[in-house]
Amino acid sequence: MFTFLLTDIFFYIIIISLIMYVAYVRKTPDILANWLYVFRSRTGILSIVVLSFFIITAFLDSIHIKNKIYNNNTKQYVYTSEIKSFLDIILSPMHENYEKSYSAPFSSHLYSKETVNFNNIDKREYPRLLYKGNHNKYSNNKIENIAVISLFSIIKSFFICFLIYMIIFYRTIFKKNNNFLNAFNNNNVLCTSFFIIFFIIILLYDLSTQYYVLGTDKVGVDVLYKSIKSIRTGILIGTLTTIVMLPFAIFLGIFAGYIGGFVDDIIQYIYTTLNSIPSVLLIASAILMLQVYMANNPHEFENIYERADLRLFFLCMILGLTSWTGLCRLLRGESMKLKEVEYVQASQTFGLNKFSIIVRHIIPNIMHIVIITVVLDFSALVLAEAVLSYVNIGVDPTTYSWGNMINAARLEMSREPIVWWSIFSAFLFMFILVLFANLFSDVVRDAFDPRANKKYE
Amino acid sequence: MIKYIFKRFLYAIPILIGVNLLTFTLFFVVNSPDEVARLHLGNKRVTPEQIQSWNEERGYNNPLFYNQSEKGIKSFTKTIFYQKSFKLFIFEFGISDSGRDIKYDIKQRMWPSLAIALPSLLVGLLLNITFALFFVFFRSTYIDYVGVIFCVGLMSISSLFYIIGGQYLISKLLHLVPISGYAHGFEAIKFLVLPVIISVIYGIGSGTRWYRSLFLEEIEKDYVKTARSKGLSEFSVLFNHVFKNALIPILTGVVVILPLLFLGSLIVESFFGIPGLGSYTIDAIQSQDFAIVRAMVFLGTILYIFGLILTDISYTLVDPRVRLK
Repeated sequence: MFTFLLTDIFFYIIIISLIMYVAYVRKTPDILANWLYVFRSRTGILSIVVLSFFIITAFLDSIHIKNKIYNNNTKQYVYTSEIKSFLDIILSPMHENYEKSYSAPFSSHLYSKETVNFNNIDKREYPRLLYKGNHNKYSNNKIENIAVISLFSIIKSFFICFLIYMIIFYRTIFKKNNNFLNAFNNNNVLCTSFFIIFFIIILLYDLSTQYYVLGTDKVGVDVLYKSIKSIRTGILIGTLTTIVMLPFAIFLGIFAGYIGGFVDDIIQYIYTTLNSIPSVLLIASAILMLQVYMANNPHEFENIYERADLRLFFLCMILGLTSWTGLCRLLRGESMKLKEVEYVQASQTFGLNKFSIIVRHIIPNIMHIVIITVVLDFSALVLAEAVLSYVNIGVDPTTYSWGNMINAARLEMSREPIVWWSIFSAFLFMFILVLFANLFSDVVRDAFDPRANKKYE
Repeated sequence: MIKYIFKRFLYAIPILIGVNLLTFTLFFVVNSPDEVARLHLGNKRVTPEQIQSWNEERGYNNPLFYNQSEKGIKSFTKTIFYQKSFKLFIFEFGISDSGRDIKYDIKQRMWPSLAIALPSLLVGLLLNITFALFFVFFRSTYIDYVGVIFCVGLMSISSLFYIIGGQYLISKLLHLVPISGYAHGFEAIKFLVLPVIISVIYGIGSGTRWYRSLFLEEIEKDYVKTARSKGLSEFSVLFNHVFKNALIPILTGVVVILPLLFLGSLIVESFFGIPGLGSYTIDAIQSQDFAIVRAMVFLGTILYIFGLILTDISYTLVDPRVRLK
């Protein structure tokens, strides 16, 4: 049975609005031209491919189902309270079994010595891992085995990429008098990035059926699995926050700028007041109050999933409410400028009402600012989540998130010898997501900002 | 000029009232003081008497806005709003929930914060501007291209990574400076070196890119073309014309955060165990000491508004075109 958490629904809304936006762009030539600039740039297409894989992962992780189990006592099928996502099902070889404790990447033994009884003699040694790392499929030598797996995954990803290539470019390929690889030559960045990403995904998947690629954590959970599960939290924080703040920022900004007068004064007062509070402190106070509320009203949440989910949602709300002020100010200034432009003045003289002018003329002409801000904010928000979770005012401790992984690694870094892989993989995943988001935002800004120095980029 | 500054200070008052009301709503209306007390006392079986005494010790037992049991002016002053929120205006921060004098703590702790924040700001500014000028000088070449990519890479790394990595590398492996702690006087330097370096490195990526774009915007303007057509060297154009004119946006960006330096950096201070206002806030958040958080929100707002006023004043000093009315 499908279950929908609150953030799931909002994530679907984001995806649907993204699709609607794509449809809108295809009909509007001047916006399409800007996006084509993004697609033509090498960094642009590369970051779009990488980010879309992150978003697909987050989307798979947002489709939740409850398992049906047969209850022998009541002779009925009941739903478990445990919620699984599609991603969990795909990644089931990674998390169906847990080891006892820490183990290093690709290791076949635990990371700490234990007393093992062997032929009635107690010995201190590193115990072997129970489920992975000892069943080398192709060769007894570990390095050879890994090499064989990598070779297989190269072949597999070649095959998949070839299929995708045929599907995407079938029109260009089967045109008359056309070189078969013509489409590839024109889109080599796209094809290469597809190949590399598929290779990495397949390689990690194949390796993790036999090894813990990024080791295991304190309770023996695969660190790679935790990092992948954290993608959803990161993406949600980055996107949901902006979705929450957009309506406020757009409508208040336009009202303040276009209508002016008394309305302008009030809106300006509101955002100056909110803006004057250092944002960390405002977020901290709001989250602290939420914590008090949740601690005092535990009966309002059905289970831990809903509780954690609601906290994630409120975190997005709070982050959104503190960050809409900057966009609102920009939009106010822009719509004040637009008010004086000839075509707006002309439609006023023709007797168009204010609402239609806003919808027809103002909103399309401020959208570039909105897009630039949304894309720019994304990476900052992903980084902020880690810091907030580190201070314990971020997501719920039971939610998978990079911030929580780093927070847990505090103790791991001080033990001897140190456990480095957990914190390393959290930083690595975060770095990849944020890096490509930053590159993407650069290209988008170049494409949409009329003031951008395209000459020097 | 003085009239203008006076006016600006008057404008700040409604904003401060707004912030005050907002924090009051957040801390006392969303959750009643009883609920906060229950959280602090911890367990489920808290008796009403315990809550009552906890509130009485900290002065949360009064009504929110209007005290009916008192007469005259006292019916307004013996309320939570007056005692806990209104008194912030006269810098009476009161007693923290754990019983310490907040004002005394803030006075003690703002200097270590400043000791980290000021050097980081100055060194960072110097480095960022140098790098930015360097990249602008070599604009449209591979040096610039690689430099910008490098900056994006630096920007994409979490601040926690710099701190944890730096602490591990410099303090734990190389044993150059102590991992954390603080001492007063000149002894403090060895504790301050690493946090300052890390803050500077963390800021390099975004800072360099920001200043680079400022310089590039300036380099397009007509007076730069004039200077070049007069036969000045590229170096002299960059330093004598572009740099001077780009100083105005740089200055406004710096002045606005000057007062906020007292608040310190939350994460850096808590990692390095520096007894500044940043770690004070973190400790307060983690021990859920709302009195301190409230005081810090108000203090932060005052400092921010003060920074804005300073920015306006500094504008007139550096840019003769700006006249204050």
